[in-house]
Amino acid sequence: MIEGILIGLETAFSLKNLMMVMIGCFAGTIIGMLPGLGPMTAIALMIPITYGFEPSTGLILMAGVYYGAVFGGSTSSILINAPGIPGTVATSFDGYPMAQQGKAGKALAIAAYSSFAGGTIAAIFLLIAAPSLSKVSLAFRSPDYFGLMILGLTAVSAFSAKGHFLKAMMMVVLGLMLASVGQDTLSDIPRFTFQNMNLSDGISFVLVVMATFAMSEALTIIFKANDPTRVAKQISLSQLGSIKLDKTETKKMVTTIPRSSVLGFIIGVLPGAGSTIASFLAYGMERNFVNDEEKQKFGKGSVNGLAAPETANNAACSGSFVPLLTLGIPGSGTTAVMLGALLGFGIQPGPRLYQTNPEIFWSVIMSMYIGMVILLILNLPLIPYIARVLATPRTFLIPLILFFSVTGIYLMSFNNFDIYMMIGIAVVATILRLYDFPMPPLILAFVLGGLMEENLRRSLLISDGSWTFLWDRPLTMIIMLTILFIVGWQIYKSFFKKL
Amino acid sequence: MKISPSKIISLLFFIFSGFYLYTAHQIQVFTFDENAAFNAKTFPIYLGYAGLIFSALYIILPETKPSNVDLTVLDYKKTITLVILMILYGLTILRVGYFLSTSIFLVLSYIVLGERKWLWIFLLSFPFVAIFMYLLHGLLNIYLRDPFLQLIGVMG
Repeated sequence: MIEGILIGLETAFSLKNLMMVMIGCFAGTIIGMLPGLGPMTAIALMIPITYGFEPSTGLILMAGVYYGAVFGGSTSSILINAPGIPGTVATSFDGYPMAQQGKAGKALAIAAYSSFAGGTIAAIFLLIAAPSLSKVSLAFRSPDYFGLMILGLTAVSAFSAKGHFLKAMMMVVLGLMLASVGQDTLSDIPRFTFQNMNLSDGISFVLVVMATFAMSEALTIIFKANDPTRVAKQISLSQLGSIKLDKTETKKMVTTIPRSSVLGFIIGVLPGAGSTIASFLAYGMERNFVNDEEKQKFGKGSVNGLAAPETANNAACSGSFVPLLTLGIPGSGTTAVMLGALLGFGIQPGPRLYQTNPEIFWSVIMSMYIGMVILLILNLPLIPYIARVLATPRTFLIPLILFFSVTGIYLMSFNNFDIYMMIGIAVVATILRLYDFPMPPLILAFVLGGLMEENLRRSLLISDGSWTFLWDRPLTMIIMLTILFIVGWQIYKSFFKKL
Repeated sequence: MKISPSKIISLLFFIFSGFYLYTAHQIQVFTFDENAAFNAKTFPIYLGYAGLIFSALYIILPETKPSNVDLTVLDYKKTITLVILMILYGLTILRVGYFLSTSIFLVLSYIVLGERKWLWIFLLSFPFVAIFMYLLHGLLNIYLRDPFLQLIGVMG
């Protein structure tokens, strides 16, 4: 393990990789600040760039973008009450009231310190837990992997869809259907290609991500531009106030950060839960921990109320790397995008990644520490300047996003069929989003589609076509029971709880 | 009786799943693979059934949390125009070339979205694309086909 850490440090501290973390954090912060654009979009936009790099460098850049985007989302939550990502919605509960009281600078500083502390504590947990989890995960076989993938998809649908479980499940199936286009991996038999040569290699992952996130986000922003329910308030940047914290505020943060970090990390490790659930749970937990006087301040600019979700969402980000790196199962939509990128590099994350590519495994973990430090250094002094990005007119921003999306695809295939397909998928995704059909389950399913089919193939061939493999091994049975519990709970919540 | 748009989308997905299932059954597998426990059409067939089941459940069951969308406030004109511009961009990118088609796409998109600061419109289109192209073509050695620049002799 020590050797691995040293390899990781050597890789992460190379000049090129340090530059990548810095660029990633900076770019991520700016993209994350823009309402509607989250880490998923930010990472999606980075994928075409990373293909020219070594896998570890590419992944380090994406990790930097991820953290930066999460922090950037907090900035727009605090300044204009427009969370860039769902994970920072809870941040706006107390961050925005603080900004309205003329304490925007202080709120941003609390967010920066909490993000740093939460992310660092979680990165230490990751350092300790990842290798042991990696060893445990070696015991997993094809049926277990198949079960885990269904669990991941079901959990993402259950948690990300906010009461729209069936809609999310339809998106899962649609994602798997899109992934099934192209030649069968084993027999090379063309499937759903309709004799079109452009489809024989399947649909590109970058194309689907760009279409369902970057492009459809941009189209949705324009589509809903006149919606009066959308908050488009722009505060004056001269009202940022001081960024210094007094003793009482620091004291409050010292008690909040450790418990929110632990909670955030645990939630992040669970497939499907992610930073949104972590931040909401941390906010709720903190409200129960504080005294009555402080409780009254929640929703009106409480320091605890701001520090708790900020700490938890960053800790959850680190936590979500555990299932990605050790099991090859992405815990969230964002890590699903990263999984796709890794597969693009020809790397199969999973239990063996720790042994076969230690430089990737450890350098990513090490880069998280570096990323945290850089984020703090970058964000504190630059707060007033970074905030000016929020003033970028949408009239320029939207066309540039569309341009980057089209260019990203064009550079990969140099044909216009892919561009048309991307536009088509983006239009459909925009309509689906309008009616609350969530996109993260679709992406997760698209990424997992090939692996899921492969594991089902092996399981069915081993069991001679019998589905008993689902309950033959205790581990598989536990996974399947968990899936049944999640599905049952969703049905109960939707139809019986109200009666 | 008013049917909710989400149910209409689910109905469309039901039809799509039916078509997918039909196409999955049409996949030609090798003769020796026909009766195997798993072949190229097994997984798609399961997916087809899953699509039918989930969409049918959504259509049949009452909606617990209907999506309220005010269709009157949506900006159809700008959105459709942008989509058309993107299609035209895709159509011209190979024939006209990357530089001209991208620059024109950006200029038209800024104008469609209501931007009238002409200096910024210019700076964030032609010079911006030129710099971006230089980064790709000149520094990263990514070949970008551009008949227009070849015609005027800028590109070899």
